[in-house]
Amino acid sequence: MDLLGFIIILVKVLVVFAATMITVMGMIYAERRVSAFMQGRLGPNRVGPKGLLQPIADGIKFFMKEDLIPSGADKPIFILAPAILLIPALMTFAVIPFGSSITIFGREIALQVADVNVGILYILALTSIGVYGIVLAGWSSNSKYSLLGGLRSSAQLISYELAMGLAVVSIILLAGSLRLNDIIADQQGYFLSWNVFKQPLAFIIFLVAVYAETNRLPFDLTEAEQELVGGYHTEYSSLKFAMFFLAEYANMITAAALTVTLFFGGWDVPLLDESSLGLLGAILSVLSFILKMAFFLFLFIWVRWTFPRFRYDQLMRLGWKVLLPLALVNIFLTGGYLTLTAMK
Amino acid sequence: MVDIVFWIIVGITIGSAFMVVQSKSLLYSAYALLFTFVGVTGLYVFLWADFLAVVQIVVYVGGILVLIIFGIMLTNKITSVNISHASVQKGIGGVVVLGIIGVLGYMVFITPWNQLAATEPEQTSATIGRLLMMDYLLPFEVASLLLLGALIAATTLSRKEN
Repeated sequence: MDLLGFIIILVKVLVVFAATMITVMGMIYAERRVSAFMQGRLGPNRVGPKGLLQPIADGIKFFMKEDLIPSGADKPIFILAPAILLIPALMTFAVIPFGSSITIFGREIALQVADVNVGILYILALTSIGVYGIVLAGWSSNSKYSLLGGLRSSAQLISYELAMGLAVVSIILLAGSLRLNDIIADQQGYFLSWNVFKQPLAFIIFLVAVYAETNRLPFDLTEAEQELVGGYHTEYSSLKFAMFFLAEYANMITAAALTVTLFFGGWDVPLLDESSLGLLGAILSVLSFILKMAFFLFLFIWVRWTFPRFRYDQLMRLGWKVLLPLALVNIFLTGGYLTLTAMK
Repeated sequence: MVDIVFWIIVGITIGSAFMVVQSKSLLYSAYALLFTFVGVTGLYVFLWADFLAVVQIVVYVGGILVLIIFGIMLTNKITSVNISHASVQKGIGGVVVLGIIGVLGYMVFITPWNQLAATEPEQTSATIGRLLMMDYLLPFEVASLLLLGALIAATTLSRKEN
């Protein structure tokens, strides 16, 4: 690999990392303000104009707090757990294309960190590693609440991973590829070519599963305050707690980006050929991606402050007896449709 | 640079595999197994087997190991049990190990290995799919039947009789 190529990749990694961090800060602010709006409060509005500096104040507070390790805790695992959760959460965004491509220094640069052949599977694989962070945190804290939270969460994650994966299979069938760029190319062109219109059932299953995967309401049983104090991160404080927090929001950002990529044409601007417009087309495609993603991030907050929490048995029933069979039926129908059209 | 990464991955794989057998606590063994699986994934990546690498994580890390850890955590008081005898019969064991190393080493040297192309293959998953669905359809179906049988058996066993 030449030096320029290496520098380009490094810049892309830094840009994506910085963008994720800034979006996390924006999400924390948005979550507090939107929830306040929904509950008829004002929310944080004193730090900076309109309270915009509140996330920075929150961050500084995390640094200043004392870092506690419970005396009965398993120390090495207790320290390792937040990192095991955070690292995969930050790695997943690498394969998601966030724009078409730009031409600088006479070479075409794709707006994506890594174009992996099996992109969609890469994301599913990394999300399954995240489970360990939660189980490890729950077990090593040596606390009943943490352990129960960790167990609940891992059962929930592996149950909904199935429904999510099977919902994605029908998209893969349509695109005929595991590469995210091919899936986007398959949806390009007219408005109705987006997968959300071709696969509405898969979209609904995927969306519900995503909320369970990111531990958000109405599926946040892992940290149900009334029962489990804080769930798996009850015993964590200071920066280690901040890492859990960061991982949760990073997962949400990736989930929103993945929803956009799989079902809403990714960076595709409807009725427009981005490649014919050069740099302008690239900027438009990035803007389109950000706009769509912002909507799904907002939807996360909206849902959180609108729906009540599920009970645990309801959660399991929904996952195994409703979503999973529906996803299988959907795959069957998609496969049947593809076979019939191929026969003609 | 690539060589350094390769040896780091080899180190992680072998080191954590050693931890799996040597650790006194069951949970530590299970967690060390996590790093072994991830290390093996790294080796697959070096062989251009991207599909296999990702499936290794999805199946072994995301499925099987989680079930093992679940089993350990849900079994009453097993997490606190310390294994007092990590190894028994050291003499005979050593002989067996040396024998296995000899056979494996011999196999490594006499096998005519496929040499990989230095560039990334155009597609990997499509080739695997074609092989599974056309050339090896019967073994594939037999394996899935076997798994289905195991699944039904497990549900029957875990059900309370009434």
